[in-house]
Amino acid sequence: MREIKYVDAGVEAIQEEMRRDPSIIYMGQGIGPREGNYKQSRGLWTEFGEHRVRDTPISELGQVGLGVGAAMAGARPIVDIVFLDMVMEAMGQIVEQAATIHYTSNGQITVPLVIRAAMGSVRSTGPHHSRCFYSWFAHVPGLKVVLPASPEDVKGFMKTAIRDDGPVMFIEHKFFYNKKGPVPEGEYTIPFGKARIVRAGTDATIVAMSLMVGKAVEAAEILAKEGISVEVLDPRTIMPLDREAILESVKKTGRLVIVDEAQAFCGFSAEIAAMAGEQALEYLNAPIKRVCALHTPHPFNPVLESAMLPAVPQIVEAVRQVIRG
Amino acid sequence: MNFSPDLALDLYRSMARIRVFELRLRDVFRSGVMPGFIHLYVGEEAVAAGVCRHLNQDDYVTSTHRGHGHAIAKGIPMGPVFAEIWGKPNGCNGGRGGSMHIYDPKYGFLGTNGIVGASVPLGAGAGLAAQLRRSNQVAVSFFGDGAVSNSAFHEGVNLAGIWQLPVIFVCENNLYATEMPLAKATRNTDISTRGSTYGIPGISVDGNDVAEIYQAAGKAIDTARSGGGPTLIECRTYRPLGHFEGDPGVGYRTKEEIAEWKKKDPIDRLRDRILADRLATVEKLQGVWMEVEAEVEAAYQYANSAGDADPACVTNFVFSS
Repeated sequence: MREIKYVDAGVEAIQEEMRRDPSIIYMGQGIGPREGNYKQSRGLWTEFGEHRVRDTPISELGQVGLGVGAAMAGARPIVDIVFLDMVMEAMGQIVEQAATIHYTSNGQITVPLVIRAAMGSVRSTGPHHSRCFYSWFAHVPGLKVVLPASPEDVKGFMKTAIRDDGPVMFIEHKFFYNKKGPVPEGEYTIPFGKARIVRAGTDATIVAMSLMVGKAVEAAEILAKEGISVEVLDPRTIMPLDREAILESVKKTGRLVIVDEAQAFCGFSAEIAAMAGEQALEYLNAPIKRVCALHTPHPFNPVLESAMLPAVPQIVEAVRQVIRG
Repeated sequence: MNFSPDLALDLYRSMARIRVFELRLRDVFRSGVMPGFIHLYVGEEAVAAGVCRHLNQDDYVTSTHRGHGHAIAKGIPMGPVFAEIWGKPNGCNGGRGGSMHIYDPKYGFLGTNGIVGASVPLGAGAGLAAQLRRSNQVAVSFFGDGAVSNSAFHEGVNLAGIWQLPVIFVCENNLYATEMPLAKATRNTDISTRGSTYGIPGISVDGNDVAEIYQAAGKAIDTARSGGGPTLIECRTYRPLGHFEGDPGVGYRTKEEIAEWKKKDPIDRLRDRILADRLATVEKLQGVWMEVEAEVEAAYQYANSAGDADPACVTNFVFSS
């Protein structure tokens, strides 16, 4: 299979969808002639013109607010906020408007809106360019939340997100943008709510998303040398969540470690742990372990930043602990 | 501006429909049967009537927490609006939204809104969709003086300006945001002058004179439809009632101030004009009013006749299928 970059897989998905559907409009800061901070809109402005690919001023609330209004009135906007941190500026429009209108309108109005943003720290990007706020959105009824961890997932999920009739938070990881991976030729989509078993195993389950998937696999390879067989499962979408796949894996291995680049408290890892506790307690042979970011903002200093983020040795140690029981 | 008799009577009926509806709603609310809380549009009817008279059914409106008048003027039948505000299953949104979440896409009505300022970027976005399709539609965004100190106003108007979107921003300046006087909310109380900040036309009109509003809105809507971009219209009006039903509306305002504004009631003013200009007889106006009362009574009966919601539907429509 051909290999292309994560960032180019996103471009390909948007390009194919914009050719197919004239109601799609793409707007964001620097996505026009500049082609995006990460080249995530390469060629789109040239092909589709400034009517459909719109550079915006630094106006996150406005971008999302206009995106919601346009979606209500029959367009299918993709709003690119570039950094997930800056999505906070538009939170009211996402939570109070985009997520809620389909429900309060008794299903009469749809809001087919994709909000695209990148998260994660890539060496000292600091507290305003690193945050991993994804579980916040999953808490809001009406939002779907997607975290693609491979070029193949980016393309398939972006197409699904654009075709979805509701608002979708499409959250990429900055670290991935220039990484290559296999992507099928031609048309395909990936349905939301289907987890992927990244690595099969029998002794313990690691649930991880986005950048943490690779770290979990690294840990699993180290543990394999110790004779411990680890299953790594990537839910890929938090909402909808593939509960069945996670529970099935936990019931099989009897041990669960959750790795999360975000903070543990009230986060994604807490939700997975609660679900396992509620629905698979009798299968668990050891207490659940969570490996997450420390409860701090992202520090700039590289030593402090490393101390704050979850790392492979901690994952390895957490699995050893659940194996010991 | 010279009215034709038909136009004068149309506007009179449109304002009467809102007034009678709101006062009937108030009575029902006071009887205690209605859940939640409501913000009445009484006294500001000239704005909704004068603007919406120019709109087609497929034009868009985004509205506010004080938005019953906009919903009615845009053409949503009164019965489903009354029922929605009452939380009834035969409301235009099945009672799921209530007063501050009234939607009807069949009439281009993209919602009243509980968040002050939100209607500005949403309205601009509806205009963006129209521009994208190169359709002939326009969007009207209604908001109050309270919204102009909010960042949503700035960002929404600015984007509409740079993209020359077919949007009309209609500020209903009733001088108080809840209890905050405009003069304490901003150093620049001439709201229409903000148009120049964004490079778009701004105009102030007497918000209790439906003729002025009708004329200004017509020009702005023609400009927007013909690709000339957005206009900001400030309608200087007043809320003679409290902020919400149950708020006495005094304390932060003097009784004298309220009495002065009541003398400028927009419906009384249009009635006086119609009679002075001999556009219709007293009997004709009384006839219109009686027809409106019958329509509101039917709307009340429609809402009152409904049973309660089926709890099983509570999880419907969280996600679109």
